Amino acid sequence: MNAPLLRVEDLRTWIAGTDCDVRAVDGVSLDIERGETFALLGESGSGKSITALSIMRLLPDAGAIVSGRVMLDGLELTGLPERRMRDVRGRRVAMIFQEPGASLNPVMTVGDQVREVLDRHLGVRGEAADRRVLELFEAVGIPDPSRRLGEFPFQLSGGLKQRVMIACALACEPELLVADEPTTALDVTIQAQVLDLLRDIQRRTGMSMLLITHDLGVVSETAHRVAVMYAGEIVETASREAFFERPAHPYTNKLFASIPGSRSRAERLAVIRGTVPPLTRDFVGCRFADRCDRAWDRCRTTAPAVHRLDDGQTVRCHLYAPECVDMRGRPAAVPVLEPSPIVGATLSSQPLLETQDLKIHFPIRRGLFKRVVGHVKAVDGVSLTIPAGRTVALVGESGCGKTTVGKGIVQLLDAVGGTVRFEGADLANLDAATLRQRRRDFQIIFQDPFASLNPRMRVFEIVQEGMTALGVGGSAAERAARIDSLLEQVGLSAEMKYRYPHEFSGGQRQRIAIARALAVDPKLIVCDEPTSALDVSVQAQILNLLKDLQDRLGLAYLFITHNISVVEYLAHEVAVMYLGRIVEYGTVDEVLHAPKHPYTQALLSAVPAIEGGAGRGVIRLQGDMPSPAAPPPGCHFEPRCPKAMPECKAAYPGEIHLSTTQRVRCFLYPQK
Amino acid sequence: MNFAIKPVMLWTDALVFALIAAIALFVWYTNRHEHLRAPWRKVMRSTSGMMAATVLFAYVLVGVLDTLHYQRALPLEKQTAEMHYSPEVLSALDALAEPLRLRQERTFSAPFAAYAHSKETMQGPDGATMRDYPRLKFGGAHLKDPAAERPADIARGVLQGVALASLLWMLVSAVLTGIVASDRGASFAQTSGALWRGELDIPWRAVLLTLGALLIVAGPLVVLSGRYHVFGTDKVGQDVLYLTLKSIRTGLVIGTVTTLVMLPFALVLGIMAGYLKGWVDDLIQYIYTTLSSIPSVLLIAAAVLMIQVYMDTRPEIFDSVTRRADFRLLFLCMILGVTSWTGLCRLLRGEALKLRELEYVQAAQAFGVRRWKIMARHILPNVFHLVIITTVLGFSGLVLAEAVLSYVGVGVDPAMNSFGTMINSARLELAREPVVWWLLAAAFAFMFLLVLSANLFADAVRDALDPRVRAQVARPVFHSRRAGSRA
Repeated sequence: MNAPLLRVEDLRTWIAGTDCDVRAVDGVSLDIERGETFALLGESGSGKSITALSIMRLLPDAGAIVSGRVMLDGLELTGLPERRMRDVRGRRVAMIFQEPGASLNPVMTVGDQVREVLDRHLGVRGEAADRRVLELFEAVGIPDPSRRLGEFPFQLSGGLKQRVMIACALACEPELLVADEPTTALDVTIQAQVLDLLRDIQRRTGMSMLLITHDLGVVSETAHRVAVMYAGEIVETASREAFFERPAHPYTNKLFASIPGSRSRAERLAVIRGTVPPLTRDFVGCRFADRCDRAWDRCRTTAPAVHRLDDGQTVRCHLYAPECVDMRGRPAAVPVLEPSPIVGATLSSQPLLETQDLKIHFPIRRGLFKRVVGHVKAVDGVSLTIPAGRTVALVGESGCGKTTVGKGIVQLLDAVGGTVRFEGADLANLDAATLRQRRRDFQIIFQDPFASLNPRMRVFEIVQEGMTALGVGGSAAERAARIDSLLEQVGLSAEMKYRYPHEFSGGQRQRIAIARALAVDPKLIVCDEPTSALDVSVQAQILNLLKDLQDRLGLAYLFITHNISVVEYLAHEVAVMYLGRIVEYGTVDEVLHAPKHPYTQALLSAVPAIEGGAGRGVIRLQGDMPSPAAPPPGCHFEPRCPKAMPECKAAYPGEIHLSTTQRVRCFLYPQK
Repeated sequence: MNFAIKPVMLWTDALVFALIAAIALFVWYTNRHEHLRAPWRKVMRSTSGMMAATVLFAYVLVGVLDTLHYQRALPLEKQTAEMHYSPEVLSALDALAEPLRLRQERTFSAPFAAYAHSKETMQGPDGATMRDYPRLKFGGAHLKDPAAERPADIARGVLQGVALASLLWMLVSAVLTGIVASDRGASFAQTSGALWRGELDIPWRAVLLTLGALLIVAGPLVVLSGRYHVFGTDKVGQDVLYLTLKSIRTGLVIGTVTTLVMLPFALVLGIMAGYLKGWVDDLIQYIYTTLSSIPSVLLIAAAVLMIQVYMDTRPEIFDSVTRRADFRLLFLCMILGVTSWTGLCRLLRGEALKLRELEYVQAAQAFGVRRWKIMARHILPNVFHLVIITTVLGFSGLVLAEAVLSYVGVGVDPAMNSFGTMINSARLELAREPVVWWLLAAAFAFMFLLVLSANLFADAVRDALDPRVRAQVARPVFHSRRAGSRA
């Protein structure tokens, strides 16, 4: 068969806005062959999700397909009546969404939800349906499927919920599976499981897959072909090999360059200037021209055509037009990689912050009188040392207690045991007034830039709040001047201070949050996943900013993250957390390149690698992290550990020093 | 005749004036701060908001007129004697509507009627006893043959009223256009053109149209109310239009004063419970759960009867009927406020519980910002939309609660006019044949318009105060033409 399974031709989808329409998808054409995984890659706002929703005809009320065709095996979908479209949806084309928790009905058992699909499309009911659901649950790797059938979504973990969603989608053996960021909400070890599963199912059933993602690692591990979307257009399509070996479009090149990693440690990350242009107007030239280092006059006056390179790679850029071949060798207009001095050359011996055996437990209360029936041991004995001017990364999956450690350190949560010493002073023993004075030394930056700024306060009020509360910054006029200089320091302009937070983009909001923390001259900033809600290119801007600030102000960071590449770029030391305890600690080279603990090894191997994805030995962890309310006896990792030994069940391993810097808690290493 | 008057300040008058002063102060303060002024400019740009504000203004005007109380001096009997004042406390509205107040019939009569609503036994000119509908003392009294002359007379009155209203309206429009023109520094004609094409920032066109509609209705009513009872009369022959106008103040006072009593409880306790948690939360929850499980009608009845006894035993403090009625109204507002804060409090507690976990609150905690300051700066502004919605919806609930309580006999003083007492008295007469519908209809129409415009205005205010909705107003309209169809 030569015809592709899905052919999208010149699709245009517009979303009605208040003043003008947003042309979210503006002329997208793509082909998906049978049995192929086609990845649609792009940053937020590039129109990739709207493309998927247009194919499924599940657009929001304000959106409509304005022109173009979507052909599924010769069947034109855009003109199909809704009643017939329902037969296609779920039967021939299925979709899985980003948030598994929000995609399942909380009051139906998961078994019933799959049965519903079978009943609707295949008319399979009764025992036959039960058998089929069991089969599906087994196929998607749900352990103990006959028990899980009768459970409700809240009883399942995030990874299991996503598996149920996949089972629902696969129930009718669709020809095409549209997966919209299927693993973005999941942890790396779970992401590895789910990606494995999708690959495996595809191999067995031969279905095609449209994978929508922003993660180059996921693309590299799963896709056969890749399309890059920017501002409503596809700017490049290529096979996976070609895409990773010789990315053609300047935007793609920039995306690769903005990914942090060990190679770029000594350098600043490449930053894509500016932001995605608003999609409300007509474009004269290339949509990327304003942010492109290689743009010249032609880019601003003529929209580039799609040029075909060898082996099917296509690119929408003037650099590849035959008549512009001489421009290709021209160097980029702006040098992007300025070296920045390596930080921490002078290793401070004095620890700035030290936690000893920090324990933070949350009581579980039940019944009429709210009796305490147990404790969630979110943090259960964490000892950390942060030297001045250095970055310590705290790495772990969601639910391991890393955020709780951060909040415990800045005294937002009370510890039930252990000590937090800041410059030698035990913070828990300080009286309220002294603690308040001390608070200016340690500050926190949060994950979600949309929740961390009060929507009803203007920027200068937000930045000023800490100064007023802690009496920093002198008179009102001095404070105002300081706010201006802080905003400039984080890369915003002083005129922006009278605006409200909702007028800013995610990256700008995170800059405001950084300015707010800097306002009181802290020595330590706890960064709680400050870039996980941001796009790669924006993440690069924030990471550069954090690194600059460390150089200039000598800040120490406790960097809480699950993103290994950010750790590699920014951290000096790394602590790996599992279920409330630190299992491995060491310098960034030791932990990331010679991991000793089986969990660290598994975690690192699960991170999708961008280069050389094939042939890597990935350690697949089974199951999920146990609940911190009832941790397994002995070593917490023992139930999932591929190297578990009998003694692991008996006791929690003690700390073993492997070198002056590296420590690990595992029985694999002999007690010295 | 002696026209000396003595101003009288009743308890609720004082509260109303305090409220007006507070609003004036707020306006003055807001006007001096650009960022506070911006959202209110947004309110001024909202068409529905400004239309509602126009209607509300008319209500408030009537209410305020009815709040300016005075006592009239009694005619002096001897030149040397000191001045004596009538025990009757009147208001500016009473003075303006004096004909309405004084022209009392014997009992029910329909709107625009010249005859009573029911037959009575009376003596004819020939001395024979007969049962017929008697002529009214005042309504249509100027007509010789009501059946023949009335339609023409009413039509004439309507025309006069409309003419009067148009004149007044044109005057107001001209003055307004003049003010706007001098503000813009444009000529009168230009401004007028821009205004009527709807090109001005502030939708003055909508305001003027609303005002026009109000005047077109009010003009004929005013003209005709001199000759007829336009809304009919009630059981004791009082003009229903007068009753309705008097009820406006009662409704406004119950709605605003009760809210003022309720808000501090709900805001302070609700936010404290949600933000502080722990034993404070337990205690506050306990209080409002207990309070809301007591049937509020019983609680209010007990309280009102208590105050009634108190007033009866101290006639020296409450020297006039109006004073007694006023004190009872004030007390009713208090007790309604004390019993009605629980719902909003519960809502605010839940919202505060949610907000306290948000990261901006935690950021403030990390700065060591004091707890009351976090509650005031971070929690309160972010629950304010709930407060506005609940109080406005509560406003109509309060007016209705007043009606229910008046029915049980523990509402406002029987001597005080209110929508509640009107509805209550209408309720009994609905069973009559032919039905007495005008009492209920008048109360309904006035209440409906009041509550509707309060709702619309509050909606505009809430939208404007929320900086997030300023940018995005969902309107699924395609501005440019679609090339294809959606199938």
